[in-house]
Amino acid sequence: MGKKQAGTGPLSRRPDNSAFKQQRLPAWSPSLTPQTVLPTFYILSLVCLLLGIWLLITVEYTYELKVDYTDAGTCEQCFNLRKHAIDSSTPCKCTVSFHVPKTFPRVSFQHDVVRLSARCLPQGDVFFYYGLRNFHQNLRRYMDSRDDAQMVGRKNNLKAPSSYCAPFDYDANGKPIAPCGAVANSMFNDSLTVMYNPTDGSKIQVPLYRKGIAWYTDKNVKFRNPPTNNTFSLQQAFEGTTRPLYWQRPVYELDDIDSNNNGFINDDLIVWMREAAFPNFKKLYGVLNRAQGPFTEGLPAGNYTLSINYNFPVEPFRGRKELVISMVTWFGGQNYFLPIAYLVTSGLILVTAVVLTTVFVKVGKKGKNMEE
Amino acid sequence: MGSLLSACGINVKKKKVEEERHLRANDREFNLSFKYANNAIKTSKYNVFTFLPLNLFEQFQRLANAYFVFLLILQLIPQISSLSWFTTVVPLLLVLSITLAKDLSDDITRHKNDNHVNNRKVEVLINGDEKWMNVQVGDIVKLENNEFVTADLLLLSSSEPLNLIYIETAELDGLVSKPVNVNMNLSICYYCVRCEPPNNRLDKFTGTLTMRGETFALDNERILLRGCTLRNTEWCFGLVVFGGPDTKLMQNSGKSVFKRTSIDHLMNVLVMFIFGFLAFMCTILSIGNAIWEYQEGNSFITFLPRADGANASLSAFLTFWSYVIILNTVVPISLYVSVEILRLGNSYFIDWDRKMYHVKSDTPAQARTTTLNEELGQIKYIFSDKTGTLTQNIMTFNRCSINGKSYGKRKSRKIDFSWNSLADSKFCFHDHKLVEAVKSGSPEVRAFFRLLALCHTVMAEEKTEGLFYQAQSPDEGALVTAARNFGFVFRSRTPETISLVEMGVPTTYELLAVLDFNNVRKRMSVIVRSPEGKLTLFCKGADTIIYERLHPSSSKLMEVTTEHLNEYAGEGLRTLALAYKDLDEDEFEKWKERHHEASTSLEDREAKLDTIYEEIEKDLLLLGASAVEDKLQDGVPQTIEQLAKADIKIWVLTGDKQETAENIGYSCNMLREEMKEIFIVAANTAEEVREELLELLRTACMCQAVICCRVTPLQKAQVVELVKKHKKAVTLAIGDGANDVSMIKTAHIGVGISGQEGMQAVLSSDFSFAQFRYLQRLLLVHGRWSYLRMCKFLRYFFYKNFTFTFVHFWYGFFCGFSAQTVYDEWFITLYNLVYTALPVIGLSIFDQDVNDRWSFQYPQLYAPGQLNQYFSKMAFARILLHSCYSSLVLFFIPWAAMCDTVRDDGKDIADYQSFALLAQTCLLIAVSVQMGLDTYYWTAVNQFFLWGSLSVYFAVTFTMYSNGMYLIFTSSFPFIGTARNSLNQPNVWLTIFLTTILCILPVVAKRFLFIQLKPTINDKVRQAKAVPPPLPRKFPRRRISTRRSGYAFSHARGYGDLVTSGRFLRIPVKSRPALFPHTDTPVP
Repeated sequence: MGKKQAGTGPLSRRPDNSAFKQQRLPAWSPSLTPQTVLPTFYILSLVCLLLGIWLLITVEYTYELKVDYTDAGTCEQCFNLRKHAIDSSTPCKCTVSFHVPKTFPRVSFQHDVVRLSARCLPQGDVFFYYGLRNFHQNLRRYMDSRDDAQMVGRKNNLKAPSSYCAPFDYDANGKPIAPCGAVANSMFNDSLTVMYNPTDGSKIQVPLYRKGIAWYTDKNVKFRNPPTNNTFSLQQAFEGTTRPLYWQRPVYELDDIDSNNNGFINDDLIVWMREAAFPNFKKLYGVLNRAQGPFTEGLPAGNYTLSINYNFPVEPFRGRKELVISMVTWFGGQNYFLPIAYLVTSGLILVTAVVLTTVFVKVGKKGKNMEE
Repeated sequence: MGSLLSACGINVKKKKVEEERHLRANDREFNLSFKYANNAIKTSKYNVFTFLPLNLFEQFQRLANAYFVFLLILQLIPQISSLSWFTTVVPLLLVLSITLAKDLSDDITRHKNDNHVNNRKVEVLINGDEKWMNVQVGDIVKLENNEFVTADLLLLSSSEPLNLIYIETAELDGLVSKPVNVNMNLSICYYCVRCEPPNNRLDKFTGTLTMRGETFALDNERILLRGCTLRNTEWCFGLVVFGGPDTKLMQNSGKSVFKRTSIDHLMNVLVMFIFGFLAFMCTILSIGNAIWEYQEGNSFITFLPRADGANASLSAFLTFWSYVIILNTVVPISLYVSVEILRLGNSYFIDWDRKMYHVKSDTPAQARTTTLNEELGQIKYIFSDKTGTLTQNIMTFNRCSINGKSYGKRKSRKIDFSWNSLADSKFCFHDHKLVEAVKSGSPEVRAFFRLLALCHTVMAEEKTEGLFYQAQSPDEGALVTAARNFGFVFRSRTPETISLVEMGVPTTYELLAVLDFNNVRKRMSVIVRSPEGKLTLFCKGADTIIYERLHPSSSKLMEVTTEHLNEYAGEGLRTLALAYKDLDEDEFEKWKERHHEASTSLEDREAKLDTIYEEIEKDLLLLGASAVEDKLQDGVPQTIEQLAKADIKIWVLTGDKQETAENIGYSCNMLREEMKEIFIVAANTAEEVREELLELLRTACMCQAVICCRVTPLQKAQVVELVKKHKKAVTLAIGDGANDVSMIKTAHIGVGISGQEGMQAVLSSDFSFAQFRYLQRLLLVHGRWSYLRMCKFLRYFFYKNFTFTFVHFWYGFFCGFSAQTVYDEWFITLYNLVYTALPVIGLSIFDQDVNDRWSFQYPQLYAPGQLNQYFSKMAFARILLHSCYSSLVLFFIPWAAMCDTVRDDGKDIADYQSFALLAQTCLLIAVSVQMGLDTYYWTAVNQFFLWGSLSVYFAVTFTMYSNGMYLIFTSSFPFIGTARNSLNQPNVWLTIFLTTILCILPVVAKRFLFIQLKPTINDKVRQAKAVPPPLPRKFPRRRISTRRSGYAFSHARGYGDLVTSGRFLRIPVKSRPALFPHTDTPVP
């Protein structure tokens, strides 16, 4: 039963003589011979070394400045004020002074090597980040607590936030919250102003672009406002919803300067909503506007004052807040890890290669072990 | 009717459990009252409506699927659910639907077969043509030549003389005769039959038949079982006794022993361990969560309030289950499906192998069990049957010693037997002196051949093409054929006569008695009256037995003959001594009376008969001796030598006598002259074998070769069991006959030779092929590859899953042990199912470390399998460590590289989604490169699978992270834009490159070091880039220098009773059902 009787004849059951069935498919059988392994190790070591050096130089010229303002300067007061009441409506302003030792980001091309990669070096943009430490945006329940469908501007979802947002889905009066969820609710709400203090004693506000700091896809696809038109304002579109508990302003009034930057497509909101993978993170706050001097070349060296509308409490979770001023290269921000890792790897590979070569020369080459 | 009822002794009371079956021929009404099953069979398991529920029910009983469901339930609890439902549902659906599809196609095939079989037509005596399924118990059916046997039939009569019928079991080329002798008047069809209820014993049947008030006993000999085909018999009539599901065939099916491989067992242990390990990891993480919640979480409540009543310990408890969901990939559920797939693939390669296809018999090798392949690469002990397995079971008459003269030395050309018109053209003999002696009329020579022509139980069949013999054992056939060619042609027999053509003159001998062969007597005699009226007893048998019964006058001849016998035995021939005795008429008459008395006695008949036989078989005169060559199968010595080189111990278990077995041992290279100490286990009972073996087990297992002689089928199985139990080694049993079935079923792997002794061995075997020599290819090539592939598969599979899972573990320390996944949920869903499924299957179906010719050249390559080197607990521990290392690299390098950096335009890249994408890409590339490193044999398919899977990964990722997918399924694909925004960043690719290097290079270095410092035979062969070795050299046939006595005889009782008895219902008891393989065929 079940036997195939394909055709008749004396050899009817003879299996096909195909390379596949006879397991004779043409194949490439590489093996780990000294001729392949040893050169590979040396070459990889060299590649890693070169990459490491290149990256190191790149990173060396990527300046970054961190200003921890959690309780620095006059902020200690605010820090203590924000200790308990999260939604305290008392405004608190403070300032922190800091010094920029070198002009951002002008590079003095002293080395030929650097000049070679000069084209890849920054054009003079300076980026301002706010950094948070020990803030777990990556907790599972925290990350789940958002409603993408609401934030993509669906009318139905706007007033019926997902249950994932609980307990930040409806307020005490049963009004739907927009944007709902813990992520939006805990949005970073300090506002930072940097003042340049040239030696002449004047104070010049460092102009920042506060838009264009989010991913293009986020700004244009992932986050959308509910439909509006000339007669139907954003505020009307959000009618029937309420602002998140910890927010001072409703979502349609987040940016009081640029009305196009309001609602779900507010850049700060979008940046915040892109949750960080790790508890210590920095998020883009603004980009230096180099339209006018003295910032055409970047951020000049000198003294600066950072004034903060101190709203975001970090004391409860023992966190820190900081301003990070950084420039970027093709390699991104200042990140010493990869160059050093490449250099270490290169060294390790070289050591391994030498060991392998020694073993091969001392033992393998004689073929003693290879005798049958 | 009433009288008939009482005559049949029928108890009309209905019983739930059938205790006895009553039926009456051709009386449907009566038979239907018992509600016996009719002849329709149903092997299918489902119908249209029951298929889905039943099949699903069965599937969910499996642990793996049940585990999936458990996970699914966990996922439906919102507080626990750390992954979306689809991560579990998609793989579960896939696994279920693959199994569903397979079961469906199997069942459709079964339905088709059932329909086909059920709709066959057969002629029923009362109704004419009838479909098989409508045949009822009690019907008398007429079978014609070449028809399949409809049901289990009680044979009534046949067209052939002596009421013989010939049957062929399906798929068996050789004809097997089943003799029945019945003379029955069919016009009286009122038989009543009482018999045993349906059972699965093929060799037993008890019942009675009542006809015209007379009651006869029925036994197994009269039963023709479903599953055979009628051959060379014009017609026969049979009474349906068991139909459909009650037939012995059906009763026997589906009760096969489920064998599992040692890797299966290891896998079960490992899976248990992994469960423990999973619990361990989850415990650690949930403790971590408790601590975190206590220290940090409390202060984070502001941003993330807890549910009512939740505290750190509840959170830890929930986290435990959340992590069970996340880390579930560490328990490789898709493992079982993949393992089945690749075993199936490797089984197909066995089926397809032309080098294991036997041209002569048109038999390809067949992997009947598709779940044992890798065990073929781990065999430590082979238990082999001798007859039909090592030897061809074809006997040729080679030498003889007649009256002190030895004939048959191979020195001249073949004798031309054309002077004898009845000669068999296939017979060859090389000594012309013997022909001359026959022609010259030497009385001893003539008596010698007359004896050979008379003293046997062979049946002759005259066909248009010539004379054919149906011999019960091939030795007999060889001897009768020899006599035929030398002018003493056995033409036909009736119960009372034997007709010969003696040197062209037809002569008829009156057959007075057949003193049949049995294992104790080891001889057979006939008493005949020649046409001249002379009474003679002809006897042939084992030399020692015959010598005991010789007349003193033969002692001189005996010495010479013994010398010849030793010579023949030394050549590995099977010998018989031949003797005769002229009988006195009076003496015979007296003896005959006593014989009749004994043969009709009801108690202890056998013993009484033996005594009677003993009385007359004495004072014999020696004629000489015959020597028959038991031809070895092709390539047996080479195969055994190869297997011995592969360190496989070969035990031959045979029913033969020690000397014969020993001879075969020498002639097939198992025993060599230099092996001085030979322990021979010869015992008569199982207990003795066991005792001796227990004592000798340690010795025996050190031996290269062990031969057990005189073992019964049961003992064969016991020996195998013993080795299995005490040596913990993987055993393989190979045999061809029904007497090997128990051994084949007991051993880890049973191999059946589809040969001469019928199909029973094949049917109960796991692998079958036509020739013993294919065993070396099965083990050294297919077995080795299967083992290698399976181990590579398991190692890689565990590696990739552990690595995948451990990354989650490390991430736990950064996300407050909140059971956040590192990867995108879709990646988790598709990782095992799509991205890594095909490459690993490609690897484990195509991989070859060395090709088949090298495997033959260096049988030592087989050793790793025997030593469990490629996959063991040790290997598993190494995988665990390796995965641990890889996952550390794969988590911490991306972490360090990304945690404080930004894109080249200053925007975010350290966000969760970008990191997830980076981590999963690193992982996939690292495990793919690892796969490349493990692949020894890169076929186009492997390349395609590997590159294809990577491309599919990127294609799928870009698709899932696209605008369209997000706008349509907003909540399912929140990763919009991630691929576009991070995969164009150089630092992302530099990270991927670094992780890959760090994952792979240590492995390369380690392997390289091992190859240099401690190369295995495998490495050596792989490094040797020489051309493939020449084909195996020819082994010269070894001459055996020492003389050993060797005698052989067919070890079954002949047809003695049958050929002499003319009476109804006196059927011989057979000791060797194997010769009648009608019992062992499937429904064709």
